[in-house]
Amino acid sequence: MTATPPTAPPAAVALRDARVAFGRRVLWEGLDLDVRPGEFLAVLGPNGSGKTTLLRVLLGLQPLDAGEVRIAGEPARRGGGGIGYIPQQKALVEDMPLRGADLVGLGLDGHRFGPGLRGRAERRRRVAAALEAVGATSYARSPVGRLSGGEQQRLRVAQALVGDPRVLLCDEPLLSLDLAHQRTVSRLIDERRRAADTAVVFVTHEINPILPLVSRVLYLVGGRFRIGTPDEVMTSETLSELYRTDVEVVRVQGRLVVVGAEDQHAHHDALESVT
Amino acid sequence: MSRLFGFEGVGELLGLPFVQNAFLAAALLGLVAGALAPLVVARGMGFAVHGTAELAFTGGAAALLIGISVSVGAVVGAVVAGLVFGVLGLRQRERDSVIGVVLAFGLGLGVLLLALYEGRASNKFGLLTGSIVSVDSSNIAVLVSVTIVVLATLAVVYRPLLFASADPDVAVARGVPTRVLSPLFAVLVALTTALAVPIVGAILVLSVTIIPGAAAARVTSNPLTATVLAIGIAELSLLGGTLLSLAPGLPISGYVATIAFLAYLVCRLVGRVRGRLRAA
Repeated sequence: MTATPPTAPPAAVALRDARVAFGRRVLWEGLDLDVRPGEFLAVLGPNGSGKTTLLRVLLGLQPLDAGEVRIAGEPARRGGGGIGYIPQQKALVEDMPLRGADLVGLGLDGHRFGPGLRGRAERRRRVAAALEAVGATSYARSPVGRLSGGEQQRLRVAQALVGDPRVLLCDEPLLSLDLAHQRTVSRLIDERRRAADTAVVFVTHEINPILPLVSRVLYLVGGRFRIGTPDEVMTSETLSELYRTDVEVVRVQGRLVVVGAEDQHAHHDALESVT
Repeated sequence: MSRLFGFEGVGELLGLPFVQNAFLAAALLGLVAGALAPLVVARGMGFAVHGTAELAFTGGAAALLIGISVSVGAVVGAVVAGLVFGVLGLRQRERDSVIGVVLAFGLGLGVLLLALYEGRASNKFGLLTGSIVSVDSSNIAVLVSVTIVVLATLAVVYRPLLFASADPDVAVARGVPTRVLSPLFAVLVALTTALAVPIVGAILVLSVTIIPGAAAARVTSNPLTATVLAIGIAELSLLGGTLLSLAPGLPISGYVATIAFLAYLVCRLVGRVRGRLRAA
């Protein structure tokens, strides 16, 4: 990793010698990472390797034990601007009186206090534009609880993009979606990154659905990590080193099959309950 | 039947100050209860509300015994319960059991305190089933202050609260202080519950804090419309219940609960018919 030259715009995400530990257990340390505007970074690794914690650090919810973290040049802080967040698909409360457009609107100003009476026309315009961009206009007025998982996830993309973020953080957004919706959601994320030079940090246990989009990979295993292009990182040699056991990476019809790595993806940590 | 319904002498009754106080109290309660109801329903807090009401009953019983205002006792009991539930019961799985434990203890304590009280029996019964006679002018002052506090707080925290209720993961990611909002909302609910206990009684608080929200959710998914509709249903139930209870001289809670329940049935029906029409 070379340092950013002084003339270039600040990296969308910058980590310097970052370290996170819980008690005596070090999740990762010495992490140096620059994600450039428009770059698509996939974060891979087994459960408990600190993928979600990395997102929490970028969101300013988890302080670093050492080192520093910057988002678009500013120190990461809780509720800081410039970040969009897409969680994994999870059924929304059915009793909730909330329409698609309301969910997207919460992405714009849901974190602000006060009655929010000003700028309602501008707010409506931005929400409508975000809904249009993900093709969700037709169900913008439907109750969110009754939409399908795929439709809900499109709304999530709109919700994350409506605030015009510099960085898009995705936490397993394709999980529990069928293949068609996986393609749609990753295409929407990719279109945005190309159109607006948004940096994407995409946490996933499964690289194949997004393999053609990925610029670089951060692979975390038990405190060790490797950063590089998919071709550099997703090799038998590199992964065997990371996992400290024999791991075989095979390419089958354009898909990567990893054999021998600990590969359990049933459990996924929510942001709040990570210990 | 004639003992249940009648309007004999209602005109004269309406001229009496304590009856006017009762209507004012019902109107204020309808406003706050209706405003909170959709969020109470969305956050799955039905049992928490019931538990809070029982603790408001305990507080009211203690106040009777030591001879202070029942409303003050109810507010203290409910707010303590709200804070306990808000702080201890953050995890969904744990919440029900925490509420059950506190509710059982509070109710037991309340029954004991009532048994020790040697004043008028109608005071005792009023805490459980409600009574419009219990609303005097000092209670009106408490009602007005609590209404203002609850509505003003709600106006400030409504958006983040809606965000945290509807979409907790993203709300946390965007920096919404969910750990502060949960106990805060529990306190708002507790204050409302405390207002409701002397009027509709501890055991029927749910009729004004849950039913209007549940009914509104059946016919609209617009959060603002749902809130307005819930307030409307709460007002209809409370004011209508007060009016109907005047001539028979029976507790208003039965009338309030019945009107609210009928409103719920109508909303379900409307929601279903609309769903059919849309599907067809």
